[in-house]
Amino acid sequence: MTRATRPRVGLFVTCLVDAMRPEIGFAAIRLLEDAGCDVEVPTRQTCCGQPAYNSGDDASTAAVARQVIAAFEPFDHLIVPSGSCAGTIRHGYPALLASDADWGPRAARLAEKTHEIMSYLVDIRDYTPGGLRLEGSATYHDSCAGLRELGIHDQPRRLLAAVDGLEMRPLDGENVCCGFGGMFCVKYPAISDAIVGEKADTVERSGADMLLAGDLGCLMNMAGKLNRRGSKVRCFHTIEILAGGGNGPAIGEKP
Amino acid sequence: MNATTRTGFKARSDAALANPTLKTAIDRTTGTAERKRAAALAGFAEYEAARSRGSAIKDHVIANLDHYLEMFERNATASGAKVHWAATESEACDIVIRLCREAGAKRVTRSKSMLGEEIGLPDALGSAGIERVETDLAEHIIQLAGEHPSHIIWPAMHRTREQVAELFNADHKPPPADDEAASMVQSARHVLRGKFLSADVGISGANFLIADTGATCTVTNEGNAELTTTPPRVHIVTAGIEKLVPSTSHAMALLRLLVRSATGGELTQYTTFHCGPKRPGDADGPEKMHIVLVDNGRSEMIANEFRDMLRCIRCGACMNHCVVYRQIGGHAYGGTYPGPMGAVLTPVLDGLAQSRDLPFACTMNGRCAEVCPVEIPLPTLLRAWRGRSWRAGLEGPRMRAGLAAWAGLARRPGLYRMASGIGVRALRLLGRSGWIGSLPFAGGWTRHRDLPGPTGGTFMERYTARGARRPEDRR
Repeated sequence: MTRATRPRVGLFVTCLVDAMRPEIGFAAIRLLEDAGCDVEVPTRQTCCGQPAYNSGDDASTAAVARQVIAAFEPFDHLIVPSGSCAGTIRHGYPALLASDADWGPRAARLAEKTHEIMSYLVDIRDYTPGGLRLEGSATYHDSCAGLRELGIHDQPRRLLAAVDGLEMRPLDGENVCCGFGGMFCVKYPAISDAIVGEKADTVERSGADMLLAGDLGCLMNMAGKLNRRGSKVRCFHTIEILAGGGNGPAIGEKP
Repeated sequence: MNATTRTGFKARSDAALANPTLKTAIDRTTGTAERKRAAALAGFAEYEAARSRGSAIKDHVIANLDHYLEMFERNATASGAKVHWAATESEACDIVIRLCREAGAKRVTRSKSMLGEEIGLPDALGSAGIERVETDLAEHIIQLAGEHPSHIIWPAMHRTREQVAELFNADHKPPPADDEAASMVQSARHVLRGKFLSADVGISGANFLIADTGATCTVTNEGNAELTTTPPRVHIVTAGIEKLVPSTSHAMALLRLLVRSATGGELTQYTTFHCGPKRPGDADGPEKMHIVLVDNGRSEMIANEFRDMLRCIRCGACMNHCVVYRQIGGHAYGGTYPGPMGAVLTPVLDGLAQSRDLPFACTMNGRCAEVCPVEIPLPTLLRAWRGRSWRAGLEGPRMRAGLAAWAGLARRPGLYRMASGIGVRALRLLGRSGWIGSLPFAGGWTRHRDLPGPTGGTFMERYTARGARRPEDRR
């Protein structure tokens, strides 16, 4: 592929991946480069603003949104390894800045070229990972924002089908929220615990060795609950598996 | 308004979470509702088109509410009914009590109406010394238990069959033959039959107010609305003004959505149109029919960010599919309406300060909006309440200070890098084994689950260290 046709993509790492599991960010770079993209990571990024957005603090959210827009508008695409952050940039920013004559249209233009990574790889890059082999079984949880705000359902399944040796098991209630909900899980911990407890039941009932999903927040919630219960299910972000990291340490395992 | 609004949401939800019988009851009902709805929609190929049409009908009526209200009043009056207007819940109750007194009523029967619950009619009738007989089976159970509905379709869904048997054994004379559902239903029929025939006034709600005929429409599966509205001398309808539809065919378009979304059926057992009192030559019917049209905050919603909520046809699908409702049930919400639609409506009805937890006790997973048959963007409306709560300064000082600190960092990438680097190093000291089992400032998390520790330095530190390209530096 010639330089001219290679899209220049900006990776939005997300605050959780930045702090807690950088491996997901590096997996994203590997996959995007393999899919023919030039990847850059603007250092002016921090967070998409959801802590403020979900608390009703629209002024702080808008300030963070303007910063993200300015940092990423030079790129052909903004790619995020999270349906939740991608949903905020695609739907939240334009709604929040709609009445701003300057930033409104800029938010709308950025929204159009913002993609969650798995949907970008499949829908835009028509990418299939090659040469992957991983022995074991896995089940997939559809994180809510990716599923309902962005319509991500088939893409991760199609990508995972390219992994030789990996048996995918159905998850009862795969489209049911895990109870994370950002600030929700610390504001209403008892309700969140009851919800993630049921999720852990269904994950264990699936009989899979691994639980995969596309959002680190949901994964930390489910992995944390599974570990507290003594479960042996190993949790990964889907793109870690796709980038060949399935034999490395799972979420919470000592590196 | 429910009295429980006065106690805290957290206390109520903790009590609900500690009640395994409640959880059994919730799982039985919502689980069945979810399965039956899915099966009904699988056989309803034009569902998405019907959903768009249903939403458009409601939007059209809301945009032209004055026109249809006047048309309804004109046609209902022509049919011989009397139309009354109530701006508030207390006005609505006053009108109903006055009408009952004018009729010399000692006993009134009532068929299930959430609007009646909303305006506090059961308590108002009690205070006025009028005997109230709830005729819907679930409302009968609620009345015996001295409770409020916990679900808008199945008001007694929080009670198991075994608990209902206890209530009936204590109250019904003679008690049910056994604890089987059929025996208990038979027993309730026996108890209620005499009351149906001896009531002075029958009070019903309305699922639809039909503008071009002036008729009101009720749907039930028990036939109790027909027995409530036909034998008594006077029939009083209480209905919210958002129940208007232009014509009967519009009501039918919405009914197809309502029944499938609520119970998974195709039609209710009874769909009854009430058009005026008994006319000469009619075999039966009330001598007088009154229709009380209730605003109670609705006209204000037309002009604010909660307008889409006026589309609601009260099917209950949002609560049946809500992960929070399915853990805590309806009473924990503390308002007349529970679940996602209740979390939007209760702050309208009871005030935000009174019910501020409701819009926040939501994971924003969006399943409620996905199953809503009239496309109400419930998470967006809940977010609007969060914005109002923030702007009104209802958040605690700790929360505001925490967010202000976070926002200060999030807007300064250099400082953010430094702070996140320090935070990650601190967490790594705590999480040497990989997992963190207890964190003093994150007890909400670690009380119930472990926290996976950071795997190393931050992404940005590692990315920079490997000498990667940084576009800003090149510019």
